[in-house]
Amino acid sequence: MSDATTSERREQALRILAPTGVLALGIVIWDLVVRINGIPPYILPSPGLVLTTLVSDWPILWSSLLATLETTIEGLALAAAGGIGLAMLFNQSRLIEHSLYPYAVILQVTPVVAIAPLLLIYLPQQAAVLACAWIVAFFPVLANTTLGLNSVDHNLADLFRLYGASRWQILYELKLPAALPQMLAGIKIAGGLSLIGAVVAEIAAGSAGAGSGLAYRIAESGYRLNIPRMFAALLLLSLTGIVIFALLSWLTHLVLRRWHESAIARES
Amino acid sequence: MAPSPSAPVVSLRGVGKMFGNGLLALDGLDLDVRDGEFLSLLGPSGCGKSTALRIVAGLSEPSRGTVAWRDATAARRSIGFVFQEPTLMPWATVFANVFLPLKLAGSDKAAAAARIMETLARVGLADFADAYPRELSGGMRMRVSIARALVTAPRVLLMDEPFAALDEITRFKLNDDLVTLWRELHMTVVFVTHSVFESVFLSNRIVVMTGRPGRVSSELAIDAPARDARFRTSAEYASYCRVASEALGQAMRARAGMAI
Repeated sequence: MSDATTSERREQALRILAPTGVLALGIVIWDLVVRINGIPPYILPSPGLVLTTLVSDWPILWSSLLATLETTIEGLALAAAGGIGLAMLFNQSRLIEHSLYPYAVILQVTPVVAIAPLLLIYLPQQAAVLACAWIVAFFPVLANTTLGLNSVDHNLADLFRLYGASRWQILYELKLPAALPQMLAGIKIAGGLSLIGAVVAEIAAGSAGAGSGLAYRIAESGYRLNIPRMFAALLLLSLTGIVIFALLSWLTHLVLRRWHESAIARES
Repeated sequence: MAPSPSAPVVSLRGVGKMFGNGLLALDGLDLDVRDGEFLSLLGPSGCGKSTALRIVAGLSEPSRGTVAWRDATAARRSIGFVFQEPTLMPWATVFANVFLPLKLAGSDKAAAAARIMETLARVGLADFADAYPRELSGGMRMRVSIARALVTAPRVLLMDEPFAALDEITRFKLNDDLVTLWRELHMTVVFVTHSVFESVFLSNRIVVMTGRPGRVSSELAIDAPARDARFRTSAEYASYCRVASEALGQAMRARAGMAI
């Protein structure tokens, strides 16, 4: 019993310490390379300089972060709503599914980088950025939810029929809860993709203004050879992605922990 | 006209079932389910006994023949069905799983709570109302499944090899409990099994089926009053099992003969 817990604790410590060690080692090597070779900051800034830039440029970066975050969250919310809604619609009507599914696939396989400039012509900038985020993010929600809705236990479906369940009851009481694990897996993927979509569109948009996001800051700093700020903005983007992933993983765990196999810790 | 006590609750006449792939699962099946009896459908795998049960339940439409209920209007509502697997909703608690049939019928949770708890107590799961299916053993999950079937107080309980996947100790216990439930609740049970021993222990009447296409091969009445541990080890039980085994063997030979 105590053996199991100590080895478990060691395992957990390892899971945190090992990647942290790699990170520390990487930063030290980075710093040494810059110092020893005397690399100027406009080619490669030292980690310390990136950090001080992050602090000194915080007002600009913070407002950019908020802009990107807003687009990402809105894109994700619309992707989740659209993906789940469309999957429910497809599940109810074969005709609608066959009519629309190919176009959902086409939207997914066409690189969003190529769509963004067109959207920027037709839509106001903020709407175009949001549309890009939505386009890349909605498909995994749609595909996963569709799979979930279609993989309901046949006997359970029979049972619902036996008790005279209505179409709505079958959807709401049986299919949606059964599809929850796949739906959440889709949303987890969509979180990262929404951020990618927002970044791609911001870079394509490239115009300045108060509402400019982090990706715009990176592009702009690139033109001005403000490499430390590029790194600082990149660091923030990466952290944003990590936080979104962690939050969605946590949400998945909260929803599924009581019943789904994926959320159950097994003792071996 | 008051129905006589032994009148059939449901009668199948000349029932045939052809599946889309051309398999003739049932052909010319005549079967009466009498009020209050414990009837077992005994037969080898693939003899169409589960198909017959699904047709009785209305989950499958017969290709030929008729299914007649004595009380046609109440037919659908008075059925409970237990599948081979527990078939529970993993996302719902034991309570919510048992509540399901009542919920689908538009019942209110608070109003149904007493009935659900009473049914859970009947199957020995009163303390597990808030547990999730994954937290229960295979036998307990099957008990939840039985409670769900019983909660609507069905006139006819249909069971499709419900204990086939359980270990022997659990199966004996559930057999004992099922006999008790049948006695106490005065219901009609149609029980599909491929186990001679299980069918003899549980039933008043065994209908032996032959396969491809499925039809009734023979019928056997089991007239033993007590169904308990002593019955299971009695000479009477053993001799009934021998007769049932022979009937099953004959059904399978008849089919083999037809195949040649």
